[in-house]
Amino acid sequence: MFWFFAAILVFAALRVITARNPVHAALFLVLAFCTSAGIWIQLEAEFLGIALILVYVGAVMVLFLFVVMMLDINLERLREGFWSYLPIGAVVALLLAAEMALVLAGPYFGLDEAPRPASSPAGYSNTKELGRLLYTDYVYPFELAAVILLVAIVAAIALTLRRRKHGKYIDPAAQINVRREDRVRIVTMPSEKQD
Amino acid sequence: MLDSLLAYPQTLLGPLWPAVWTLVKIIVIVVPLMLCVAYLTLWERKLIGFMQIRIGPNRTTFFGISWLAGLAQPIADGLKLLVKEIIVPTGANKFLFVLAPIMAIMPALAAWAVVPFSPELVLSNIDASLLYLLAMTSLGVYGVIIAGWASNSKYAFIGALRSAAQIVSYEIAMGFALVGVLMAAQSLNLGDIVKAQQGGAGLFSWFWIPLFPLFLTYVIAGVAETNRAPFDVAEGESEIVAGFHVEYSGMTFAVFFLAEYANMILISLLTAILFLGGWLSPFPASWGVLGASSFGWLILKAFFVVSTFIWFRATFPRYRYDQIMRLGWKIFIPVTLVWIVVLGAWMQTSLWIWWK
Repeated sequence: MFWFFAAILVFAALRVITARNPVHAALFLVLAFCTSAGIWIQLEAEFLGIALILVYVGAVMVLFLFVVMMLDINLERLREGFWSYLPIGAVVALLLAAEMALVLAGPYFGLDEAPRPASSPAGYSNTKELGRLLYTDYVYPFELAAVILLVAIVAAIALTLRRRKHGKYIDPAAQINVRREDRVRIVTMPSEKQD
Repeated sequence: MLDSLLAYPQTLLGPLWPAVWTLVKIIVIVVPLMLCVAYLTLWERKLIGFMQIRIGPNRTTFFGISWLAGLAQPIADGLKLLVKEIIVPTGANKFLFVLAPIMAIMPALAAWAVVPFSPELVLSNIDASLLYLLAMTSLGVYGVIIAGWASNSKYAFIGALRSAAQIVSYEIAMGFALVGVLMAAQSLNLGDIVKAQQGGAGLFSWFWIPLFPLFLTYVIAGVAETNRAPFDVAEGESEIVAGFHVEYSGMTFAVFFLAEYANMILISLLTAILFLGGWLSPFPASWGVLGASSFGWLILKAFFVVSTFIWFRATFPRYRYDQIMRLGWKIFIPVTLVWIVVLGAWMQTSLWIWWK
């Protein structure tokens, strides 16, 4: 089962960067998230696996797709600067590859370094254990991360919020408080005689 | 009795047996569900008909038996859709166009794996079933988005964008409502949540009383999440023809329909489980059959909630889009957040009486 998920994951990840169409690339990213969630669930981390689907697939990627779909991307123009950017890009790529190789081939990384995790006993709740750890041993890092995220949200909103000059915004309270008498005038008039 | 019956195929199939047995269980859930969906469409048309002093479908019948008049309508509709041609619009992305309805129905059916029908009757009794359900309902939006984009049509695209923004917004309120439930029940498991509502007071020991604001939020967010009226701007006929499924015909259209109604039944069943005591009876245990907790109560409660969904549709005009967003972000999220804090404080005091 692991190889099944891993093969799909690698294929999807490759297609994310090779797909021509950005929408296809985003959808392959969704597939990659789903399969990695599958791998996590096989590692008995079902809370994290489902949270990955819920947060990344269910919310982040939806908004991502939302934006990507509305972009009007001209592939020809994107490819114009390919050769001039190639040297810098190659250097960055090489650096990344070297870093990864250093970590992966290092003495502290490998199958024999990490012992096979013991199977959890029956009645073990992944969610409960995770919650207990987060709110006891790791409460300060957890709170810090939350505050940093909050600051990021406030900053993002502050950067992009602007009042429309000619916005047609109407106060909802004023809308609700409208009475029929404000809008409609009922006129009584005598019926006219037919000729 | 069942065990002795199953012994023979078990030896016959050997190692394949668990997979086959699971498949059988899935079919036992999905086939009645599909029938429920079919007859829910009929019930919707009939109920709205009654509300508007009409008769509703009353022509199609089985073998010309007059008192069954109207009952064959869903079968006839299904047959018609099944034999209609599927037209793929020019310039559409063929693969994604066909994938979209599948993406819509897949999570709608997958979510049923963790729904408990009685204390023992559940396909997969996982610990984090509430979280799983939230994840599955949030996946349904992909069907809509992909359909809108792959159709190569402006109306479909607008419908998809509206739906994406709406579902993401209401999911937050829905998630917070579920946080309240899991706080009160102290479990993410749906079966345990029902068991936590097993106080002695019948009707009054269910969570709809201590979690009343969350209950309302959950039902309304559920209506919005399933794209039902009055939140059906994704397919608002008067503005964007039929929204995201305007280009779909025949069975591909029917699959979207199936997904919508399956989601509707799912949300009402969940409302019954989370807030209305699931299979618990509203009457004291001394009332014999009426007082016993049973599958029938769950179905009755879910049927009531689903009927209120239809009632909403018959009663309210469609929301304007900015008002939908305002309701989701500026009303529901603050309400749920405040109530979670109130609930947390309440649970620390002796005034909290919803314990078993």
